[in-house]
Amino acid sequence: MAVPKFKTSKARTRRRRSINMKLTAPTLVTCGNCGNPVLLHRVCPKCGFYRGRQIITPDTNA
Amino acid sequence: MKHKIGFNKLNRVPAHRKALLRNMATVLFKHERIVTTKAKAKEVRREAEKMITRAKEDSVHNRRVVGRKITDEAVLAKLFTDIGPRFKERNGGYTRILKLGERQHDAADMVVLELVDRKDDGKKAKREERKAEKKAKKAEKAE
Ligand SMILES: [Zn+2]
Repeated sequence: MAVPKFKTSKARTRRRRSINMKLTAPTLVTCGNCGNPVLLHRVCPKCGFYRGRQIITPDTNA
Repeated sequence: MKHKIGFNKLNRVPAHRKALLRNMATVLFKHERIVTTKAKAKEVRREAEKMITRAKEDSVHNRRVVGRKITDEAVLAKLFTDIGPRFKERNGGYTRILKLGERQHDAADMVVLELVDRKDDGKKAKREERKAEKKAKKAEKAE
């Protein structure tokens, strides 16, 4: 039966896994109403505006 | 073959799912706007749009077909006398989904599901007024 000749080193394992560990920053745009950075295609959590319309009244307690 | 024709079971048994969709569609017609999760909104929209299409033509048959799902008579009447006629000229796409971001508790994608031609009924303005009043009172007390 075929068997690995060497133990996989820590470095080799980590090198392989590191590809999937990459962190990416979310793409942000500035809100057209208040200038708050918001996620694309989302209602602004700070002022509740989306495409020039008041969608929700933001929670003032938070 | 039933390939690529799926729907979201929403982790519920058929009876539970049916009840959920009915209730949410009823509430949507009643308030014209609901805040829910994205997955639920997409499934409710499916049901609700079919009902609105039925409601465009007010006939005994159509009323009975929709009435099987909407048991609230007041909402059914509203659907056929108000919402249906409003959408006469529109061929589908009666609802709109607006993304709100993630819910704090479980990071569920939250959305607003609303009828496309929903008008601001002034309720929000009233609510704001009341809030302002409360704040003013609090400020008075603090002094
Ligand atoms: Zn904003």
